[in-house]
Amino acid sequence: MAKKILTEHINVPGIETFDVYRRQGGYTAVEKALKTMTPDEIVEETKKSGVRGRGGAGFPMGMKWGFLAKPEGVPRYLVCNADESEPGTFKDHYLMKSIPHLLIEGMIIGSFALGAKKSFIYVRGELMYVIHILEKAIAEAKAAGFLGQNILGTGYDLELIVQSGGGAYICGEETALLESLEGKRGNPRNKPPFPAVKGLYQSPTVVNNVESIANMPWIINNGADAYAGIGIGRSTGTKLISASGHIKKPGVYEIELGVSVEEFLNSDEYCGGIRDGHHLKALVAGGSSVPILPAHLIMKTANGEDRLMSYESLSDGGFATGTMLGSGGFIVFDETACIVRNTWNFARFYHHESCGQCSPCREGTGWMEKVLHRIEHGHGSMHDVDLLVDISKKIEGNTICPLGDAAAWPVASAIRHFRDEFMWHITNPHEASQPGAVYQGEMALV
Amino acid sequence: MTETPNLVAFTPERLEKVKDIIARYPEGRQKSALLPVLHVAQEQWGWLSSEVMDYVAGILSLEPVEVYEVATFYTMYHLDPVGKHVIEYCRTGPCCLMGGEDVYGYLKQKLGVEAGQTTADGLFTLKEVECLAACGWGPVFQIREKYYMNLTNEKVDQIIEDLSK
Repeated sequence: MAKKILTEHINVPGIETFDVYRRQGGYTAVEKALKTMTPDEIVEETKKSGVRGRGGAGFPMGMKWGFLAKPEGVPRYLVCNADESEPGTFKDHYLMKSIPHLLIEGMIIGSFALGAKKSFIYVRGELMYVIHILEKAIAEAKAAGFLGQNILGTGYDLELIVQSGGGAYICGEETALLESLEGKRGNPRNKPPFPAVKGLYQSPTVVNNVESIANMPWIINNGADAYAGIGIGRSTGTKLISASGHIKKPGVYEIELGVSVEEFLNSDEYCGGIRDGHHLKALVAGGSSVPILPAHLIMKTANGEDRLMSYESLSDGGFATGTMLGSGGFIVFDETACIVRNTWNFARFYHHESCGQCSPCREGTGWMEKVLHRIEHGHGSMHDVDLLVDISKKIEGNTICPLGDAAAWPVASAIRHFRDEFMWHITNPHEASQPGAVYQGEMALV
Repeated sequence: MTETPNLVAFTPERLEKVKDIIARYPEGRQKSALLPVLHVAQEQWGWLSSEVMDYVAGILSLEPVEVYEVATFYTMYHLDPVGKHVIEYCRTGPCCLMGGEDVYGYLKQKLGVEAGQTTADGLFTLKEVECLAACGWGPVFQIREKYYMNLTNEKVDQIIEDLSK
């Protein structure tokens, strides 16, 4: 069995309660951190662990903490990004509802390390039931002396607040999240200044994903070296993968980074393989925004090496033949899936979720949805495919936040790898627009 | 259908809850309470009429437009009257792979409404939403705080029957 850092105790009955969590060794990391370590030592330990942002960007968390400005007399904030909304991703939902104290323990350690006295967990509003679970767990932790005034007699005070969002994917972008937390529309901010200097209420702020923060108790208990010893290369530790689509066992799995895609997809410990009688056609490895790959390129790199579940291996080959680990939203498509229909679906998502601030994204996402809709519904024309590529290029890199890129990549990659399927839709409009019709042309199935 | 109330005011319990929410934020940052307070308002009235939004603005010492611009940006806030149960159906890719479109078609047929409409008896409003972060348990819809997962036509029958009682 692979090493479990986040989910080791997740199936213990009652683990959502303080008492059971505590009996499983919970909150010992808070005791260790607050009583025996300085904030700077915790930041150093986090840097040494190599843990990277698990929300999608993969930026080293310790380095992000190191950037935090610390002007005298100005409050600092730690904000947890629990606005999980990337299609294909449901790991934070699973973690928070199952073992809420793990996140709370991580938040206490992180807040202490950063010198925050008031920290926030911003949860997407749809997960109101999870908000109630977190609030109950916070009340328990407070009653036990792990939150509030003078925690464990150390003189450190911390208040932890759960904030509900209102339903907007864009609030997963950290500056949009901060705007939303201030009670405004979720429009991303221009950077600089970065949140580390001017974030929440114009004060220095760190925003971290749920899973990233949930690693902290283990890192404190076991040390950065032990953490860095798990995984492969610069992809240290474990990763929660949300597996969905045409597999036998959809769900959330914790993997050691570096396990092969082949093993993750086919072994009974994880996805259990493609559903019976079907074949892998395509795969989105890191949430809807990362490039989709055809079966042969997801299993092996262009150089013929085994593709691994790591930041580096998944991006091997760049966007020409590779993709990204992203948020770990692993969406599996068998031969019954229509790539055009799925691409249209994702394009509609990004159009719906564009905040509308930047013209290339506001207009471009709408055009992509419209063109894909007409191709899918039998009204495409020969130049539409190149038109889509052109629109995607005009969005990519031309917006103040990554939503534009996130909208452009699925479309550009689908055309890059499945151009024939798009052309079939255009040249066989009647057949292709029938419900359930799927291109049966030549493609490498694994 | 929920009627627009003549006299807009939170119930005493909800007013307490709202005060607790406002007290969480630093001095002068009560605007941060806006999204959570709009959820409380929607819980009470079912949807956010302009009277309700004006009332919330008053409580938080905001200009009404500050409330309108937020309520219209976020998809969870209903800006029109809704039925007793609002079914928020996930239409995004991973759920579709799990047969979400077929179940959705069945649900629409069963209720006799399209997205955005309310059944004649006022019991159900159907809305399409984007990814609910439950892709491994799709198809999924949500009614208020509850997630209904791994939907099939049979499950839809059962849920609608239970909620129609």
